[in-house]
Amino acid sequence: MTEAYIYDAVRTPRGKKKNGALNAITALQLATQQLQAIRDRNGLDTALVDDVIMGCVSPVGEQGADIARSAVINAGYAESTAGFQVNRFCASGLEAVNLAAAKVMCGEADFAIGSGVESMSRVPMGSDGGAMGVDPEMSFDHYIVPQGISADLIATKHGFSRDDVDAYAMESQRRSAQAWKEGRFKKSIVPVKDQLGLTILDHDEHMRPGTDMQALGSLKSAFKDMSDFVGFEAVALQRYPDIEYLNWVHTGGNSSGIVDGSSAVLIGSKEAGLKAGLKPRARIRSMASIGSEPTIMLTGPVAVTAKALKKAGMSSKDIDLWELNEAFAAVVLRLMQAYEIPHDIMNVNGGSIAMGHPLGATGAMILGTLLDEMERTDKETGLATLCVGGGMGTATIIERV
Amino acid sequence: MKNFTFEIDSDGIALITFDSPGKSMNVISADVMADFDTLTAKISSDDSVKGAVITSGKDAFCAGADLSELGGSAAELAKLPEDEMKAKLFEQCFRLNRTFRALETCGKPVAAAINGLALGGGFEIALACHYRVMPSDNSKAKLGLPEAMVGVLPGGGGTQRLPRLVGLMNAAPILLQGKQIDANTALAQGIVHAVVPMAELVAKAKELVKENKLESKQPWDADKFRFPGGGPYHPAGAQMFGAASPMLRKTTYGNYPAQRYILSCVYEGSQVSMDEAIKIESRYFTKLMLRPESRNMIRSIFLSKQALDKGGRRPASQSKGEIKKVGVIGAGFMGAGIATVSVQAGIEIVLIDATQEGAEKGKQHAMDHFAGGVKRGKLSQEKADKLAGMITPTTDYNLLKDVDLVVEAVFENSELKHKITKMAEDVIPEGAVFGSNTSSIPITSLATASKRPDQYIGIHFFSPVEKMNLVEIIMGEKTGDYALSRAIDFVTKIKKTPIVVADTRGFYANRCVMRFIGEGMNMLAEGIKPALIENATRMAGMPVGPLSLQDEVALDLGVKLIKQTKADLGADYKPSPTEPILFKMVEEYERFGRKNAKGFYDYPAEKGQPKRLWPELEQFAPGGKYAEEQPSADEIKDRILYTQALEAARCMEEGIVQDPREADVGSILGWGFAPYTGGALSFIDTVGAAAFVKRADELAKAYGDQFAVPALLREMAKKGETFYGRFGKESAAA
Repeated sequence: MTEAYIYDAVRTPRGKKKNGALNAITALQLATQQLQAIRDRNGLDTALVDDVIMGCVSPVGEQGADIARSAVINAGYAESTAGFQVNRFCASGLEAVNLAAAKVMCGEADFAIGSGVESMSRVPMGSDGGAMGVDPEMSFDHYIVPQGISADLIATKHGFSRDDVDAYAMESQRRSAQAWKEGRFKKSIVPVKDQLGLTILDHDEHMRPGTDMQALGSLKSAFKDMSDFVGFEAVALQRYPDIEYLNWVHTGGNSSGIVDGSSAVLIGSKEAGLKAGLKPRARIRSMASIGSEPTIMLTGPVAVTAKALKKAGMSSKDIDLWELNEAFAAVVLRLMQAYEIPHDIMNVNGGSIAMGHPLGATGAMILGTLLDEMERTDKETGLATLCVGGGMGTATIIERV
Repeated sequence: MKNFTFEIDSDGIALITFDSPGKSMNVISADVMADFDTLTAKISSDDSVKGAVITSGKDAFCAGADLSELGGSAAELAKLPEDEMKAKLFEQCFRLNRTFRALETCGKPVAAAINGLALGGGFEIALACHYRVMPSDNSKAKLGLPEAMVGVLPGGGGTQRLPRLVGLMNAAPILLQGKQIDANTALAQGIVHAVVPMAELVAKAKELVKENKLESKQPWDADKFRFPGGGPYHPAGAQMFGAASPMLRKTTYGNYPAQRYILSCVYEGSQVSMDEAIKIESRYFTKLMLRPESRNMIRSIFLSKQALDKGGRRPASQSKGEIKKVGVIGAGFMGAGIATVSVQAGIEIVLIDATQEGAEKGKQHAMDHFAGGVKRGKLSQEKADKLAGMITPTTDYNLLKDVDLVVEAVFENSELKHKITKMAEDVIPEGAVFGSNTSSIPITSLATASKRPDQYIGIHFFSPVEKMNLVEIIMGEKTGDYALSRAIDFVTKIKKTPIVVADTRGFYANRCVMRFIGEGMNMLAEGIKPALIENATRMAGMPVGPLSLQDEVALDLGVKLIKQTKADLGADYKPSPTEPILFKMVEEYERFGRKNAKGFYDYPAEKGQPKRLWPELEQFAPGGKYAEEQPSADEIKDRILYTQALEAARCMEEGIVQDPREADVGSILGWGFAPYTGGALSFIDTVGAAAFVKRADELAKAYGDQFAVPALLREMAKKGETFYGRFGKESAAA
């Protein structure tokens, strides 16, 4: 089987939802600019790119009608470059990369781009409806609760207190701020341009550097009121009846931010790279997706990590650096607990709690962040993973070449 | 067309009067449906008919479908191959929808003049009309779809038409919780088009037909129809549809398929045309008919309860009599409660206590209860005052001289009860029956103090009397049929359900309840997490967990009871392995239960805060540690339901209860035994005696003698019998 290599990775800075800089920029533009950056940074003849796979979680409105193909056309790629949009909820971006890699590995594509886009300020979360939370055949029969309830369920079941999750959140803010200060994201960041071609955003604007435990501790539970009104806690406890009640530890401060953003990763075979005169940065060592219990929903990273490690013939101790999307603090604490991962090799440059989580784009973003950091600190192996709605997990293990 | 009259007026509007001969209520039966089809054809094809008004010749408009007819052909259909059986059953279930759909698409305007109560199919007739009018001056005229309360779903388009009129938010309480609404609410919500005095009801309906604003078309058949409040994928609608499932799961634990299917009917039906929607409804109705819950709930909660409420257990030798005045002796919590519910049923009460102050306090309890009713708008101040006036608090036994019946509710002390019996019998008329509300002392022994032991009977209420609708009537050795009949007169008059129980320790309900609480304690002693015990018990369909219930009845009472039983039985007493838990809770920690805010739970002083399990219960687990491996919720559900059902079966074997209907209804009303099962014996019948015995044997092996199978059940398993088959007087209903 052909090996798949990463040749480049780019991302937008993330614009916050409320009065954010990217609100006036279409999702199509966000995606277009990332594809153009991949082309221009690498002097890439786009006729060599067989396919562009784009993650997007709310593919309706301006993100509908196969946003991937729209972005490919709009970016001025060769007519022969195809494009399709995928949705694996929060892992869509990473799944897009994995699919691109799979296409290269099986010989269908020489170059393929795994990417993602989500303008959460323009196409609100949940705009695409869906049976999962609405049709009683799903929500009633399968004990479906919103993610926040699941996050608090993880915290309750696995013993993470409010202080634990707030301390994690504070560290995420600190690390993100430090990473920006030291320019650790420089390699990947492609500033977003406005309609005139002027830079409208060149940094992640959701961050709150200097946040302390007191500020975090003063925030109200983000999910208790909704649960009290509708009864989600009762639903969760019917699935986990050994728990008496949920600890409401998650707030806006220790959960991921709602932001706009886009990302892209160029994947290709060794031969394709040679032909294009590009140097591979890392090899895809293994990849995996998995289903997990849907009510607690966000424990997929634990299971999918085991699966990806097994496919790579590795153990968790063989991983030098970890990136797990900070959907909620308890999700990260749970993976660290399960594999005894030291905090100093997990999300070393912070994550979505500080910088935000543009749903469809995040997966490809954190893979790029991981690779940049592996290069900066000269690490060999890294694992990127995300928890996923509906009870799933997706992971990718890479190693430098 | 024997159920309807049909008169055409000078405007060409037909007045159709629903008036089934020989019945006090109009119900929808097979021949009513046939008549309906004839009527629709006539309205549609007769050129002289311009429109129609449907009303009723009875006080009520129509009380719905004949539940006893439901699933009548099931036995016959069961012989067919599965797919064929389902298709045939669907056709039967779709019959009503076809009929109503034909009516609303007949091409001419039809109005319902809803003169009185319209429930279930009765309300659905009205919904299938283009216009609806209700009276402003008949408080009995209400609309409702109570089907879900007996495990059925509205099968005549109710799940489709009502939400299309008022949206999911307003329809949900009516569809899912059996909420009935009055004329003004119906008008405000847009369910009816006009509310006028009864005398103008038909005229107003005719006027609406003449105006015919809808042009003989239902709103949902018009092109511009939009689902009120938004359908499932409208942004506002999605919020409501998304909330409906968790709200329903919270209260039903997934045990009630009727409600669950109603939700799917609304969700799926709201996205398609009415023609498709009613097929969806009938498919879910058919699915429901194929499950045991509907059968069991209809039988126990509707048919059996109704039969018992009508005095079904009155001996053939006796006839129904009137109860006008009752003496209640002992004005404590129980006595005051009995007085309260009695005056509400129009019975005059002499409330006697040892002191005038005590008697007055009992009356105050009733007045407080009525004041609550006034506050909630359920009762006028005038009525409340009148009810209070019907209670005479006194210490004077001479006031008992003209009572029809006495109920004593004094402390559980034989001597005291003996004394009171004598004092009362000195005064009461010869025909008066003496009832004791004892919960633990054998009636036969109490009756030794009576000069008329054949007129001495147990009338055992449950606490709180205002809420608990079961009454156990205890037959002492010498209790006669007359006393039984009078007790039934009393209990049915106060709108409680009587069951007849033999005279043994704990009678029927409390014996089973002791098993329930006991099993909870057993599990705690085995190291099962208390949260799991309590949650899984509620998931099994019980209203509260065993530890909660023990807190409610009080732990110190439990200790007292154990000591009393120990004293009574002497050497025969077998201590339970969980006794030390109770003794330690009470004697070492002074945790008495809810009454001192400390029991298995901690009860916060702050109002509105939830109770929480006492964190130190782990000490009662083996080695002070909860078991590493916790059982599944299903295992606990089985233990909880089986231990109670087995005790009920033992009560049948011992003749404590004799009629499976009483055992079932008693289990649901008396201690809330999982209503979806149809009761403790229906549960066994549904599992099947053989399978039940097999599982009980497994449980006995794993957990102990509380699961020992009585010989009766083993025999039934061997012969393939059911309780209703073997003991049922109404075995056809099984």
